[in-house]
Amino acid sequence: MSAITHHIPDAMLAAYAAGNLSHAFAVAVASHVSLCAECRVALGAHQAIGGAVLEDTGAVAVSSSLKDDILAQLDAAFTPEPVYERNVIFPGPVMEAMKGRAPRWKKLGMGVRQDILSEDANGSVRLLYIPPGQPVPDHSHNGLELTLVLQGSFSDETGHFGVGDLEIADEDLEHTPVADPGDPCICLAATDARLRFRALVPRLLQPFFRI
Amino acid sequence: MTQTLDNPRSARHASMARRYERTPVSQTETELSQQTHWMIAVRDNRDRNAFAALFDHFAPRLKGFIIRSGASAHQAEEIVQDVMLTIWRKAAMFDPHRAQVSAWIYQIARNRQIDIARKENRPMPEELKEEPGMEPDASQILALEQEAGQLKQALATLKPEQREIVEKAYLGELTHQEISAQTGLPLGTIKSRIRLGLERLRHELKDLKQ
Ligand SMILES: [Zn+2]
Repeated sequence: MSAITHHIPDAMLAAYAAGNLSHAFAVAVASHVSLCAECRVALGAHQAIGGAVLEDTGAVAVSSSLKDDILAQLDAAFTPEPVYERNVIFPGPVMEAMKGRAPRWKKLGMGVRQDILSEDANGSVRLLYIPPGQPVPDHSHNGLELTLVLQGSFSDETGHFGVGDLEIADEDLEHTPVADPGDPCICLAATDARLRFRALVPRLLQPFFRI
Repeated sequence: MTQTLDNPRSARHASMARRYERTPVSQTETELSQQTHWMIAVRDNRDRNAFAALFDHFAPRLKGFIIRSGASAHQAEEIVQDVMLTIWRKAAMFDPHRAQVSAWIYQIARNRQIDIARKENRPMPEELKEEPGMEPDASQILALEQEAGQLKQALATLKPEQREIVEKAYLGELTHQEISAQTGLPLGTIKSRIRLGLERLRHELKDLKQ
């Protein structure tokens, strides 16, 4: 596995630490951090700044009973949140987005498959499976798309993206990512807009004829 | 003061030549902050007095912090309660080599606020598992603490308008586009924080491979 060269921009890591990214982007960022020592450490730095802000926030007195209320609950039973372990190529946050199941691939044509993990008005998260030499299906061209490589690699005009690399494409980026020879390329793609192409199939096919 | 938050990556390519040594915690134990002692006592001994001390220090700050992000005093206390219980329940995940107590609690507080507001669990990175029986490295813990102190000082010397931007960013009031439009956030300290953490993490990952 080659070294990760495409990382999360600092502003996005700061927004992630502060909890101000959409759920879809947070899945992509948490997945990249799971794979990338550099961004894990950088996230720690942003948390440290957050901690300094917290330390410096003006204290507001709490109710006199709050401490005893909390101390009385320390022994109360609670259900820990489930922890999703990495499963071969799928990091924990992707497993969580799949609720622990295996991908359910749906054919898109030309050997390309996808599995939509979540979709709402604020964005979408899906897995893509692209055979070598095939173009990566384009995003909806009305927002930002984060693409994290989980297996294989792809290349476009801006560079080469291998396992762990995160590509950030906005609507201004004219690019045609194509899966490299070798293993099929499996990616996690997160958008901050609804997947427009689902309602408009010919749009989806458009990129295939560009090669 | 022209260092920026935008591109600390160059610092990460700095020489990793510094020899890596572990200092037993006992040697420098007394130098660690009270907060770190309390948190380790909660983690390792389920120490209620230490937890009460953490409450006294953090609960009023958390309440102020949560009110600043728009909650009513009543809501804020509910979230403080939630955060303090999460600290107790997740104490096993606290690793002073990777995060200062305040940084760890900051992340828990933001997560709980988001989870409650959105009614869903925020995606979090996989936890790194520490090797069982790993000796704590006091020099690393201490270095992180010293850096937290420097960070606090750096924040204190900011011009009011810069400081407000930092506070807004870490209170979740700015989008990532808005944060990236802010050039010149003078927080050079995070560069050394990143270098230090990366050095250790690389060392650990190398150990794991051997
Ligand atoms: Zn990275």
